[in-house]
Amino acid sequence: MSLEVFFVAIISSMLINNVVLMRFLGVCPFLGVSKKTESAIGMSAAVMFVMVVASFVTYLLYYYVLEPVGITYISTIAFILIIASLVQLVEMFIKKFSKKLYKGLGIYLPLIVTNCAILGVAEGNIAQGYATDYGVLSGLWVATTSAFGAALGFGLVMFLFSAIRERLDHTDVPPAWKGLPVSLVTAGIMAMAFLGLGGMV
Amino acid sequence: MAENKKAVKNPNQKKKKKATQFDNFFKGVVRENPIFVFLLGLCPALAVTNTLETALGMGVLVIFVLTASNLVVSLIKNLIPDQIQIPAYIVVIATFVTIVGLLTEAYAFELHQALGIFIPLIVVNCLIMGRATAYASKNGPFNSIIDGVGMGVGFMLAMMLIGVSREILATGAITFGRYLPLPFEVSLIDTDMYMFNMEVFVGPAGGFIMIGVFLAIFTAIGNYNKRKKAQARQAWIEQKKKEAAERKKRKAMEEAGDSA
Repeated sequence: MSLEVFFVAIISSMLINNVVLMRFLGVCPFLGVSKKTESAIGMSAAVMFVMVVASFVTYLLYYYVLEPVGITYISTIAFILIIASLVQLVEMFIKKFSKKLYKGLGIYLPLIVTNCAILGVAEGNIAQGYATDYGVLSGLWVATTSAFGAALGFGLVMFLFSAIRERLDHTDVPPAWKGLPVSLVTAGIMAMAFLGLGGMV
Repeated sequence: MAENKKAVKNPNQKKKKKATQFDNFFKGVVRENPIFVFLLGLCPALAVTNTLETALGMGVLVIFVLTASNLVVSLIKNLIPDQIQIPAYIVVIATFVTIVGLLTEAYAFELHQALGIFIPLIVVNCLIMGRATAYASKNGPFNSIIDGVGMGVGFMLAMMLIGVSREILATGAITFGRYLPLPFEVSLIDTDMYMFNMEVFVGPAGGFIMIGVFLAIFTAIGNYNKRKKAQARQAWIEQKKKEAAERKKRKAMEEAGDSA
């Protein structure tokens, strides 16, 4: 397996199949926490951390516990429990080791449990069939890399969108379009722009 | 004078109405609509509304999961310690989502394929978790069921509204029987209108734009109602002022008459 595979995994999950604009995952934080660039960056960092760890753990759980036992149909329940407890663990860990980081990320961590991007990417790794393409163990690294790429894509779009919204606040928008409606249309135009990246890989 | 008084109603006077079961049901449909008012559950509202059928199917699944989880949560709310409330509710919801996923795979395979990853993602639909913590954990089973059905129907109607507009704009027709397990396949309003062939509304961009447009429409209606209410209030205040001035005048005249 060459490095190319990882590069393609990152590019395709970051730009071509962008979590927010192409796969509609994590739209709630995308609209909810993007009013300020600062909080958008904080949220993206927290998502990146949890997404990579959660993909790693859920992949292992699926192929080393659920599949040998033959209870793959229970994966949704197992994954969401893993993610919820993982978030709790990460919160405790950060609180203990870095007060500064906790202050920055702390408020976003509980929100992540209901962020569908995490569960969506974890389920997507399984549905993508990395294990059959590359073998179970190599597939783990590809899956984790593509989760990292997805988190990068989430961060990129959050940052761009929050910057646009900060400027939108100071523009003269008709009263009915003020706030969310104009933001949603902006997001639609952004999605069109990302559509153009489709044939890259 | 008397007629005039009738015409301008006091807007401050609230109609005293008892909250009935019907109100409890109906509030989820209009006043507290999950998608257009609270903006909950936007991920499926964007992702699976490219046709009316998928939107309808998703709505039905959400109604089932929401009602069932509301019922169970309201039954077990006293058994669960506060600290593990959210994990416990998530397990309840995830169980029903798994049931729904297996059922659709068995009886509506096309729908299952079309909804894809968004069936397991019902677990993290903020609407269901929100109703579990905000309503079902504080109310009895019967009220919780009604709240669940009402909110679910509101969600489904909003989904269908988006789905119908997107499908018409994208294909110029509404097809039944492609994804839902119906014994027939028909196309309603099957037109050859080339103008209704906007590819963009099939894709993600169209979803964002459609919801944005609907939100703007509803905000405009809300603003209009607010303005009208403010005008009515202003008219009422002026009327009262006029009456007071008249009363004062009459009183002054009476006093003047007395002294004379």
